[in-house]
Amino acid sequence: MTDSKSLVRISNVVKHFDISGGFLDRISFSGGMPALTTTTVKAINDVSLDIAQGEILSVVGESGCGKSTLGRTVLGLYPPTSGEIAFRGQRIDNLSPKEMLPYRRKMQMVFQDPYASLNPRMTVRQILEEPTHFHFPELSGSQVQDKVAEVMRQVGVDPAWAGRFPHEFSGGQRQRISIARALMVDPEFIVADEPISALDVSIQAQILNLIMDCQERFGLTYMFITHDLSVVEHISTRVAVMYLGTLCELADKKSLYGDPQHPYSRALLSAIPKLGAKGFAHIRLKGEVPTPIHLPTGCVFHTRCPFVEERCRREIPKLLTRPNGSQAACHALEEGQI
Amino acid sequence: MTHLLEVQDLVVKFGLRSGDLTALNGINFTLNPGERMGLVGESGAGKSVAGFSIINLISRPGFIASGRVLFEGEEISAYPLEQMRGIRGNRISMIFQDPMMTLNPVLTIGTQMVETIQAHNQVSAAHAREIALEKLQKVYISSPGKRLGQYPHELSGGMRQRVVIAISLLTNPSLIIADEPTTALDVTIQAEVMALLLELCKHEHMGLILITHDLGVVSQVTEKIAVMYAGRIVEQGPTTDIVTNPRHPYTKGLIQALPQGGSGRGRLHQIPGMMPNLTSIPPGCAFHPRCEQAMDICRRETPRLFGDAEHSGLVACHLYSQSR
Amino acid sequence: MRLWKQFRGSYFLYSFLHDPVAMGSFIILTLLTLSAFGAPVIAPHDPYDTTTINIMDSEIPPMWMENGDQNFSLGTDAQGRDMLSTMLYGMRISLIIGVGATFLQAVIGIVLGLIAGYKGGKIDNFLMRMADVQLSFSTLMVAIFLSAIFQAIFGVAAFESMAVPFLVLVIGIAEWPQYARTVRASVLAEKKKEYVEAARVMGLPANRIMWRHILPNTMSPILVLSTVQVAHAIMSEAALSFLGLGMPITKPSLGSLINSGFDYIFSGSWWITMFPGFLLVLLILVINLLGDWVQDVLNPKLYKG
Repeated sequence: MTDSKSLVRISNVVKHFDISGGFLDRISFSGGMPALTTTTVKAINDVSLDIAQGEILSVVGESGCGKSTLGRTVLGLYPPTSGEIAFRGQRIDNLSPKEMLPYRRKMQMVFQDPYASLNPRMTVRQILEEPTHFHFPELSGSQVQDKVAEVMRQVGVDPAWAGRFPHEFSGGQRQRISIARALMVDPEFIVADEPISALDVSIQAQILNLIMDCQERFGLTYMFITHDLSVVEHISTRVAVMYLGTLCELADKKSLYGDPQHPYSRALLSAIPKLGAKGFAHIRLKGEVPTPIHLPTGCVFHTRCPFVEERCRREIPKLLTRPNGSQAACHALEEGQI
Repeated sequence: MTHLLEVQDLVVKFGLRSGDLTALNGINFTLNPGERMGLVGESGAGKSVAGFSIINLISRPGFIASGRVLFEGEEISAYPLEQMRGIRGNRISMIFQDPMMTLNPVLTIGTQMVETIQAHNQVSAAHAREIALEKLQKVYISSPGKRLGQYPHELSGGMRQRVVIAISLLTNPSLIIADEPTTALDVTIQAEVMALLLELCKHEHMGLILITHDLGVVSQVTEKIAVMYAGRIVEQGPTTDIVTNPRHPYTKGLIQALPQGGSGRGRLHQIPGMMPNLTSIPPGCAFHPRCEQAMDICRRETPRLFGDAEHSGLVACHLYSQSR
Repeated sequence: MRLWKQFRGSYFLYSFLHDPVAMGSFIILTLLTLSAFGAPVIAPHDPYDTTTINIMDSEIPPMWMENGDQNFSLGTDAQGRDMLSTMLYGMRISLIIGVGATFLQAVIGIVLGLIAGYKGGKIDNFLMRMADVQLSFSTLMVAIFLSAIFQAIFGVAAFESMAVPFLVLVIGIAEWPQYARTVRASVLAEKKKEYVEAARVMGLPANRIMWRHILPNTMSPILVLSTVQVAHAIMSEAALSFLGLGMPITKPSLGSLINSGFDYIFSGSWWITMFPGFLLVLLILVINLLGDWVQDVLNPKLYKG
């Protein structure tokens, strides 16, 4: 089914990284015989998502869930091992760098680390002018300069400081400059990978407001990657919960926070520190998070799930629509047990 | 009853080539045995410096310029290095944000734990190992015997932090200082580790100073809070009071800036500007340039912490002293 | 203008002005360099002008000893050339070869290191294996081999006139792996940083990312390495000349001067070897000391942005 409103379509994407190393690293002995082992990090395991135009889709999960990898795969930083990415109906994961160029303009990214995401040896002016010159070669030098000043004002950084280097700015200001860099090329879609996690609480509010302002002003669509669930509740349209490279639940914000379906979503939401609460009443999960190298069989969550049964060990659950409209992948849910 | 910890007018400075920088400008608080307190603030507020200077762990160019720290009645801020060693890791333990600051990557967990025990007690290695096992069980680590033989990199982040907590318990300290112990951990693991810390403190009757920027965590764990800004305590009092009814404009701003702080949909309440750099702290009240309710006196006079009969907490703000 | 202001207020300058060793070394190095390149002006004699050299003037001791001559302040060598002048010209040659060879190594090494680090995979493997092969040949061995062939083909006279470029080439090619490895390590670290990812998301071509974005961020280790390599190149050239494979006696460098005076130590004319020896040691010492200081200053762990 083609959804005409879908801006970005992620279809059955799988991304595995081969970290076996060189020939000599892979040699091992099993049962007395030498063998070659391959080690793969199974970062994304069959994820399908549609991002509609104008929405903020938050992708949440804990470390190792593959959300950052998903963001980068959507933007073409990693080619998917299998599956497809489409932008406005056009498949983009198999394009050559040249063919990809017009899409690069429309899809941008804001990163987590304000200190590493700006080149320390370039001035702010150079950082902002470079993408503009590259994507809009027809603009004159002074037009580009004007645009730089205008965008800097929009993100709240004084244009008079354009000649300074990144290390002269605070974390919050650097993040604003990163956002400015993304905005310079008039994008339609922005992947924001934990854009405020590295900032102080009072600065987080400022940057979050800026991100929301930009969405309204420029009609942007966001894929907002984060682990901070209270932020997600505030800004998202829809939320995707991921665990070990698999989509557990996909729901609109109210449904997820009001009536979480998947056992992992429930545990995650119960663990959010609450202002004014005393003590801890969170759902306890058994065991530790497995590594993406040795993925559990069947449902990836089964090793820690309070409702695990035999079927969960064998069969990977499909994403099914629940009565409240959310989609969740869980056998117990399907069987009506929880 | 002697307080467990008393910090009196502590001033900590950093001697830089351009002059002395005041990182802590006279902080005061007390902690009773078994009491849990939160030291809250953003980066640059001085909360970590406060935690470190309690056990005199500030290294050059930082130094304690004036003030005292009293632990169980003794003035430990005046102790020479050798005596301080008997306190640190023994009667006062510290937990850092990064477990790898405590754990040596080339030694097994067992070696490190046994080493710590034997540094403060005359026991045999076998006996020390038993103590180590007991503490690992206390922190709910699965298969503790196996863990003793493992290296830090073989454990997950949450487990490592639990091992660090276990190590801090080895000598049955009366006070634990935890500096952002769960900031680097995932939400579900954070809940587990903080719940564990809470349970242990209650059970073993240990005092806790929790240094963090996370108001949510602090409200779930502590009994009283001190909010720091630019090297000073601007508000302190019982946790429930401060969280539900903050008085200082900065505390109010912090709570409202939280997505769950109650701004509803739409823009989050934001505090304009940033925490001042220690080199350029504004005169008078350090918060006045960012304060919506700043008055003339705020620019001139630094407000002192004081309390009144109605509230059990203290606040350093002219708004409240005016109304006296 | 901003750059100058930045420099004035920087930690780099502050540390320099407060480190007596660094300042002292820098002053001495500047003096040596100026005297070396100002040799045509300040040297009392011209050691290359055979008409002014008189064999009767050979082996005159320095002027403060008996039999010394005011004309020849540090004495003369076995051919009657003034020591001071010859040393100044010799130092000039040493510096030219040292800096020239380092420059050549740097150019080759940086280019190959950048490509190996950024492209990775088979190209990286291939280039690094080539570097390993290059490293397994000692500079001396290569120099002996190549100079023997050169002299066999073109004759000794041609060798003498081409000596400087030849040595620059030999030492330059022998040591490029040092730069390549250092740059490659830096590139591997920088490649992971988010500003590189941002450049890729922007659609910038690989070449541009390598040269415009990554290379400027690898300058610190390159700078540190360069100071070491200049000293090393000067030493290599001195060693080659000492063995008779480097600069010829008609156009001596410090190394060949040391060599030529070696036979005369025991017959009493110690100054022919000793003075150039001291000068060589002094030159290398100040370069190394300055290099140590640069390394400390640029060490990111010791100083924060």
